[in-house]
Amino acid sequence: MRYPPRSVICLLALGAGLLLAGCGNGVLNPQGPVGAAERTILLNSLAIMLAIVIPTTIATLAFAWWFRASNPRAQYRPDWSYSGRVELVVWSIPTLVILFLGGIIWIGSHQLDPATPLDPQRKPLEVQAVSLDWKWLFIYPEQGIATVNQLTVPAGQPVHFTLTSASVMNAFFLPQLGSMIYTMNGMATQLHLQADREGAFNGLSAHFSGDGFPGMRFTMNAVTPDVFQAWVTATKRDGPTLDRAGYEALAQPSMNVKPAAYRSVDPKLFHAIVTQEVPPSPGPQTGKPSPDVKPK
Amino acid sequence: MLGKLSWNAIPFDQPIPLIAAAIVGLALVGVLVWIVAAGHLPYVWREWVTSVDHKRIGVMYCLLALVMLFRGGIDAVMMRSQQALAFHAEGYLPPEHYNQVFSAHGTIMIFFAAMPFVIGLMNIVVPLQLGIRDVAFPTLNSVSFWLTATGAALVNISLVLGEFARTGWLPFPPLSGIQYSPGVGVDYYLWAVQISGVGTLLTGINFTTTILKMRAPGMNYLRMPVFCWTALATNLLIVAAFPVLTATLAMLTLDRYLGFHFFTNEAGGNVMMFMNLIWAWGHPEVYILVLPAFGVFSSVIPAFSCKPLFGYRSMVIATMFICIVSFMVWLHHFFTMGAGPSVNAAFGIATSIIAVGTGVKIYNWLFTLYGGRLRFDVPMLWSLGFIITFMIGGMTGVLLAVPPVDFLLHNSMFLVAHFHNVIIGGVLFGAFAGLTFWFPKAFGFRLHEGWGKAAFWFTLAGFYVTFMPLYVAGLEGMTRRLQHYDVAAWRPWVLIAGLGMAVTVVGGICFVVQFVVSIRRREQLRDTTGDPWDGRTLEWSTSSPPPAFNFAVLPKVEGEDAYWIMKQRARDSGQLRAEPRYHEIEMPRNSPTGFVCAFFATVMGFALIWHIWWMVILGILGAWATFVVFAWRDVPEYVIPAEEVARIDRANRSHRREALAAEGAAT
Repeated sequence: MRYPPRSVICLLALGAGLLLAGCGNGVLNPQGPVGAAERTILLNSLAIMLAIVIPTTIATLAFAWWFRASNPRAQYRPDWSYSGRVELVVWSIPTLVILFLGGIIWIGSHQLDPATPLDPQRKPLEVQAVSLDWKWLFIYPEQGIATVNQLTVPAGQPVHFTLTSASVMNAFFLPQLGSMIYTMNGMATQLHLQADREGAFNGLSAHFSGDGFPGMRFTMNAVTPDVFQAWVTATKRDGPTLDRAGYEALAQPSMNVKPAAYRSVDPKLFHAIVTQEVPPSPGPQTGKPSPDVKPK
Repeated sequence: MLGKLSWNAIPFDQPIPLIAAAIVGLALVGVLVWIVAAGHLPYVWREWVTSVDHKRIGVMYCLLALVMLFRGGIDAVMMRSQQALAFHAEGYLPPEHYNQVFSAHGTIMIFFAAMPFVIGLMNIVVPLQLGIRDVAFPTLNSVSFWLTATGAALVNISLVLGEFARTGWLPFPPLSGIQYSPGVGVDYYLWAVQISGVGTLLTGINFTTTILKMRAPGMNYLRMPVFCWTALATNLLIVAAFPVLTATLAMLTLDRYLGFHFFTNEAGGNVMMFMNLIWAWGHPEVYILVLPAFGVFSSVIPAFSCKPLFGYRSMVIATMFICIVSFMVWLHHFFTMGAGPSVNAAFGIATSIIAVGTGVKIYNWLFTLYGGRLRFDVPMLWSLGFIITFMIGGMTGVLLAVPPVDFLLHNSMFLVAHFHNVIIGGVLFGAFAGLTFWFPKAFGFRLHEGWGKAAFWFTLAGFYVTFMPLYVAGLEGMTRRLQHYDVAAWRPWVLIAGLGMAVTVVGGICFVVQFVVSIRRREQLRDTTGDPWDGRTLEWSTSSPPPAFNFAVLPKVEGEDAYWIMKQRARDSGQLRAEPRYHEIEMPRNSPTGFVCAFFATVMGFALIWHIWWMVILGILGAWATFVVFAWRDVPEYVIPAEEVARIDRANRSHRREALAAEGAAT
């Protein structure tokens, strides 16, 4: 009975997939320092483990093939079940690999802590992000404007996100920039990211949040500082304003929401959401058996 | 009178669940009608429903697992086909339905397919490998099984009455709170998992006691087969972890039913606490599932290599090491919550340390192959497929344990591919290996080889074609649980995964055909000696299927691979050991306690879901009365006379004597 090296083929296919993914809009094609550092750790860790996994895979297939019952040249050792030297190696290889990886984990976790500023010398752009049912609200406290499902930032400048949720949990994620982080009602999480060059990058929610979850997508436009200033000026010129009443209307559930902008925003709005001065938004309130089911 | 229950509860507007429920209902009614019409009802009641025999209960667990695997598999086909269609489109499943499908898929596969499968195998095999007549608490064992069946029944009732949870296989608040999920879906989840969780906890207590207190004479801890060691580790984990699950879900239940604020947004509720608690159970749960699978491979690989397991003591140490460390890693399920870097790093390192234990196991299996004389029967194919597949899954698991990498891949399709890689490649392959390996022991005939091999190759190929592309989709930034999407780069991978699903379905069909063909040709596939694979452990020393008392005389264990030692002695001397003196054997009497108890538990669970309070009281009182009746019973156990024991054992001995003579003539 032959054992074709199917898994080797699959590993090769996966490798080809990795190469393709490297050219796409995913995490292997990062556009900022955080994503790039995380990709490096990903590839290094993968390489370290493949150095063990590939030989072990080959050894498994080779042993299975060579020691097949029909092979008269294979030496049968019916009682061989212990060897101190082999045991030592067997425990040492994984232990050494994990020691090595443990170092990477410790150093990497500290260097890439999402709450740590990227460059203490440079002032980041402040953005407050709120996950709503089911769209993203971005408040620019320094510029006094707000947007829905679109994010414009200057390329090359760090961005400091402060994040919360109006109702249920979500995760804020820009795959090409790195680090995702949860948004939770009644508290704020911190995230520092930076786009190195101009471009339009996909953003999404990575934590399931209900029926409209797939539509919680936004585009982040990284533009030159001049274009950013022009965009801020243009946004401030016209459009609606976002006060408490406007926010409560916005917080009602809606799906696949088109990008929008507000020329001004209540400066204490984010604070009010985090401290629950604005109560958590009501959510979809649907369920079987409808329609008589209502929350208490 | 009927609480929230009304005609509104039946989803007349949704044809898919209605048709599915109709098919399930018709199949169920059909089987029942056939049983009654063919006059099998007394047999089914006497020999199966009320049986407290660990082998019968094990078979029923495995049957439940296979049926639920089928149900969860249909959910999987729906999800893959929905995602294949839902590019720039809505597909055929609206969000409220799709979200139920993935929630039901995860819940069913973990709680009602994987768990019953490994518990079923433990039931069939552990007492036989320990050389004893039954588990410590046989009637409790029956209660455990029927409570698990209650959970499965409640999940399936949700198809036709109301809805199932739309919150994922773990109901994260606040989404699962009454505010954001006012329907009955989460209640179905809570009571199904709560009631079956009680059954699982009882199993844990039962098997821990059995393994610690009831081994054959001479079987000290370091002579126990590794499968029993992994069963011990699993059941210790169950005893330690399932109360955490029960308490966590009870708190969520209080939030939903009585307006408490454990996990709500307001009034001091803390959703992060739920995440911590549920994963403090959830991560050990992963090892509860996979450790028995490791035990299966540790039984199968030596048997088909014709040599003992390499590094037995290392294997035992690695098993207990995994058992302990698995409790210290739960936070890796939410590195992205924003805990400090030192916390994340500590849990990341703890997680990767588990890989030392699994790595050692892989090498020990590898060196068991070395110097062997390998036969590639179906159980061995599953085992080799496992070694390779599990290494890939383990590797991606350690990748996700590195917090900066997890920041990129958490909740992505990469994560989905990873845990299917370890649960299919580890638990399911292990369950299939064990099923094929021990099937002749349970039923007295082997499964058909050709169809078994076809099932293996199609399932293996289907697995790779389905999940390798999903790894890539995850690297492309595709997140899980998407009902529709519009990123062109994800599409090809999703389509290939859909194709892989089709290949897996072919594997599933081969698997079913294997059973049909095997049952029809059972006389050709008959195992007369009780030792069809040239086995090494005690379960092969008795007939297939074993008599109710398992062993006419309790075996005397003189080393690891106890049966191999006996068999070698017989081979050397050319004759079986002398006929023992037979004594009468006392065995536990059948009891409907488990079934009746579970019936009332089902009534109670259903009534709680629909707020039918009088029926809740009825259910609780019924279950309590059943317990009281059983506890105050004064009927004696039943006794099998010595002549009967002698008759059964002599029949088996004569088959073995013939086999031994044939072997001697051949060499």
